Amino acid sequence: MKSGKFWAWVVFIVGAAYFFIPLMATVEFSLRMRRGVHSFDAYQIVLGDARFQSTFLYSVVAAIFTIILGVLIVVPAAYWIRLRLPQLRPIVEFITLLPLVIPAIVIVFGYIRMYGSNSPLPFLGSNMGANALLVIGYATLALPYMYRAVDTGLRTIDVRTLTEAAQILGAGWGTIIGRVILPNVLIAVLSGAFLTFAIVIGEFTMASLLNRPAFGPYLQNIGANRAYEPAALAIIAFAITWGCMSLIQILSRFAPKSSNRPN
Amino acid sequence: MTDLTLSNRTIASKPAPPNEATAFRLPTQWIGVAPFFIFALMFLILPTIYLVIGAFQNSDGQLTFDNILQLVSDPSISSSYWVSIKISFWSAIIGAFAGLAIAIAIVRGGLPSWTRSATLTFSGVASNFAGLPLAFAFLATLGRVGIVTTLLRDVLNINIYAMGFNFLTTSGLIAVYLFFQIPLMVVIIVPAIDGLKKEWGEAAATLGATQAQYWRMVVIPVIWPSFLGTVILLFANAFGAIATAYAFAGPALNIVPIKLYSQINGDVLHNPQLGYAIAFGMIVITGLANVFYIWFRTRSERWLK
Repeated sequence: MKSGKFWAWVVFIVGAAYFFIPLMATVEFSLRMRRGVHSFDAYQIVLGDARFQSTFLYSVVAAIFTIILGVLIVVPAAYWIRLRLPQLRPIVEFITLLPLVIPAIVIVFGYIRMYGSNSPLPFLGSNMGANALLVIGYATLALPYMYRAVDTGLRTIDVRTLTEAAQILGAGWGTIIGRVILPNVLIAVLSGAFLTFAIVIGEFTMASLLNRPAFGPYLQNIGANRAYEPAALAIIAFAITWGCMSLIQILSRFAPKSSNRPN
Repeated sequence: MTDLTLSNRTIASKPAPPNEATAFRLPTQWIGVAPFFIFALMFLILPTIYLVIGAFQNSDGQLTFDNILQLVSDPSISSSYWVSIKISFWSAIIGAFAGLAIAIAIVRGGLPSWTRSATLTFSGVASNFAGLPLAFAFLATLGRVGIVTTLLRDVLNINIYAMGFNFLTTSGLIAVYLFFQIPLMVVIIVPAIDGLKKEWGEAAATLGATQAQYWRMVVIPVIWPSFLGTVILLFANAFGAIATAYAFAGPALNIVPIKLYSQINGDVLHNPQLGYAIAFGMIVITGLANVFYIWFRTRSERWLK
């Protein structure tokens, strides 16, 4: 046991070094813009750049629409499958796994060829259409995470009893989903939402191929042309990812504990 | 998967018990799932089928296998597939073993409990920290003027670039991909190790098993399926990744996703149909990988329930 503990420490420390050295080095590098002293110049330049602000805002808005679209698609489906159509569960789970099988670049390639300006559904014929297609593409990327989060949330509440109680009180389907089910799985939905945000905010492939002014293509452009700003952007991106993940962890503390798990 | 459908068939062949869903109510049954299925069909399944069909057509729409054959016969395309497979395979294998070692260390190694929560939190972040920012971080660390590069050169007098180090080599990209592969492994495999029941260890000890026997005959057989499954997930994860590699070298790097990216942007291969074939090849490879993943996962869930 003594030697086991020793090796556990070795593994832990080597692992920690592998992950912390690049992060520390990136922080250090991002502070080196002014010769000889540490300064926040790189951050100031990045944050003051009008293109940073506009592309970042664009991606935040895209992420918000992605989350709304994802919730509208996933919550009714996951609820309905728990309530009425459990036999469809394997099919739906299979479909939600597909975005992990089909790489993002392949999905967006299909969009470009299927929804081009000469097609029956010309999403790419207009600016708004292309924005919509980007949000749709992001929603597909987020589908596996959103579905799993919502389904886990639904598992902890008694869907059937809640629905019947609401029906007895005279609620319609809109009221049941919007005012009974959704508030009960809100924490699960929010953790799915933050994960979606973390995935979408710096996404490069889809935004670039659909030619959208998003944060990902901006990052690529800065990375190809500047020296110190990319390091600052990497730290900012890491902080955003960290923020999203901590919010998920904090939220999970408020999640209801499982009510009807078998054990 | 095959087991599931078989058992469903035997159930389906039995007369269905009478239930509340009578024939005239059937259409309303589908309303709740309709948006999901319409969305999946329009924006996931049909675009993919469109590409797959295109892979078997020439520019006049006739059936042909030329595009697929060209994947193999064109050395620049087949080598890009080969490089991609190599990078994905090794980053998955190394990432899986390193991740497993870290997971075992924090769950079973007798370390203080903060190491476990710190590692899990960090892994959650790092497994999602990919793409362009990851490339920037490594360039700031090990790029030509990176911090670690200059430190090694000035303090220890080691010039890693003179020693042949380069991000654009297979091993360079593998080292970078490990930064998200290892944490992903940790995130997925820790629950599997947690699922090892204490009673199994006690039962093995009661029966006189040594620690080594316990690992060889109990732990490894139980963890094996979810370990293999995760390796495959890591493989698919690396195979479709494009942004990190693109940040290092732009369109110059010869891996499949970047090849496809350049082809979509500018038809660099001078045959629009060839793009479909490359996409089809990617789906086949990640699809095969995931078939194995699902198969292994259903096997492991049987044990860990």
